[in-house]
Amino acid sequence: MQKDIQDQHSNPSLATGGYSHTKATLALAKASFRSIMRSPSAVVFTLAFPLIFILVFGFLGGGGTRIDVGVTPGSDVNNPVIGTLEKTGMIRLVKDKSKAEFDKLLEKGNVDAMIDVHRKVNTSAYSVNVVYTSASRDKGGILKSVLNNIFYDKTLKPTVAEIKESTITGREYKTIDFILPGQLGFSLLSTGVFGTAFVFLSLRQTLVIKRFFATPVRRSSIVIGEGIARIGFALIGALFIILIGHFFFGFTLVHGTLTVVNMLILATLGVIVFMGFGFIISGLAKNESMVPPISNIVTLPQFLLSGTFFSIEAFPSWLQPISRALPLTYLNDAMRKVAFEGSGLWDVKFQIMILLLWGIGIYAVAVKVFKWE
Amino acid sequence: METKKAIISVKDLVKKYDDFVAVQGLSFEVFEHEIFGLLGPNGAGKTTTLEIIETLRAKTSGEIIVDGLSVDKQAQDIKQIIGVQLQAAGYYPNLNLVELIELFAGLYGANIKPMEMLEKVNLQDKAKAKYKALSGGQKQRFSIATTLINQPKIIFLDEPTTGLDPQARRNLWDLIVEIRNAGTTVVITTHYMDEAEQLCDRVAFVERGQIIALDTPDNLIDKLVSSGFERKKEVKKANLEDVFINLTGQEWRE
Repeated sequence: MQKDIQDQHSNPSLATGGYSHTKATLALAKASFRSIMRSPSAVVFTLAFPLIFILVFGFLGGGGTRIDVGVTPGSDVNNPVIGTLEKTGMIRLVKDKSKAEFDKLLEKGNVDAMIDVHRKVNTSAYSVNVVYTSASRDKGGILKSVLNNIFYDKTLKPTVAEIKESTITGREYKTIDFILPGQLGFSLLSTGVFGTAFVFLSLRQTLVIKRFFATPVRRSSIVIGEGIARIGFALIGALFIILIGHFFFGFTLVHGTLTVVNMLILATLGVIVFMGFGFIISGLAKNESMVPPISNIVTLPQFLLSGTFFSIEAFPSWLQPISRALPLTYLNDAMRKVAFEGSGLWDVKFQIMILLLWGIGIYAVAVKVFKWE
Repeated sequence: METKKAIISVKDLVKKYDDFVAVQGLSFEVFEHEIFGLLGPNGAGKTTTLEIIETLRAKTSGEIIVDGLSVDKQAQDIKQIIGVQLQAAGYYPNLNLVELIELFAGLYGANIKPMEMLEKVNLQDKAKAKYKALSGGQKQRFSIATTLINQPKIIFLDEPTTGLDPQARRNLWDLIVEIRNAGTTVVITTHYMDEAEQLCDRVAFVERGQIIALDTPDNLIDKLVSSGFERKKEVKKANLEDVFINLTGQEWRE
């Protein structure tokens, strides 16, 4: 109409062509990041909780898992099997106790297993008899895998005892190597779910988003800006946890920096998937007090069943399929493989694929239930 | 108002919710550089009308042109030239005022100095304060600062003085007049008739989604008086608010 007359107000930088959606997105990311860093709950969930668990387990384990293995009275003790077990540093052999005493200890789980080694008649091979206890299933599981390594060839090829020694003395599997990836996964889960749900619900309820809509910003910029901030925060948290674990508790990083980078890539994927839950919850929750219960429905089962504290192998068989359906299980699994076994990202492609499938499913739902106003 | 050029024109605006008609056939024009008041009881449709003009809400029918731009096709362009203060809107949590201004500068793509914006509304001393820690008047002044970031041609203020004490209210009036004098058109809603009388160049009364009167405050009052209306009580040369201001002083309390 009278556009030409209003030159006193003309502002070339505001012309449509000059508007930068990238700048708007980054301004949002910066604001959101500042806000997260100042939010006590974000810092507590992302850093404090996982670190406390790591501290507790780090000190409990004394830096490593100890498996107490009773040596059955009468067993041969000067053989490569026993020798190799001692060299691993994680197995403490308990000797000089009577059969009856051992039975009691075994029943209570004070010793995790009994071992009985005899040289086979007329060969150089050994026959090893191991008794596990249901009182200490997870440690039994670790022992089993350690022993499997030794046996595998020993029973077939009696002369290869020395070769097997080198395979199991290679790396020490410490408690921290199990606990840290689990805690990391938990930290990513809480940041993604709670953080996202709270922020979007509160931005919606306090009309912050509505005020944003009165500016030329795009909806996608709001989501992406928020995502960048949250991923950035989660990665800083993850790096912090990994470094503390590595330098104070001897967390194993097989390929050093490369392993850390791989873990951070997995962390990014994880947090993006978990943020999807947050978007859904922010859409479902009517007010802020509804966020924690709904979030807990998502996070608690994964916290308990996804191998955060215990290997899912230790769960009863009817529970394991549930564990194997949860996304955190695969993130934890991939993290452990990358950190301890030194796998590359391609080696954990199966886990990544399951996470991606979850991601697609979650965001398909999020698009339906997410509310802007 | 010698040159009356319409900067906003609303024609036959209708807004229906499921079974409720919030706005039924509103038409009015807002002239350049004026302070235009939308008055009316709660639920009359003032906020709905404003939000439709602000491109925040879809209309059912009607035509709205803002500075030559249509709300249907050029919503993005309209957002660039207007500043919006929402009733009861909050701001991003955990940020101080400077950081919030920086955020909005990014959202508008505007190149401004946050401190200068805060100085405009006399909040430079609160630069490091959080929005939540501000008093009612300060919050409203800050909200107005965020509407000015993109150097808009028009700003919309939805009940900016509700809940403020008399000093803060007068202080806000001064600010609004200053903004208008700097060349910005102001559209404001309020429940306070004294405020509308003092501040607005023209007012529209909205009732049940329709405009029932639209004129300058003077003309509307004259019309009523000429129809034979008389106040029950002789009007004194001052009112109780004058007494309050006189006793407690003009200066800002925040």
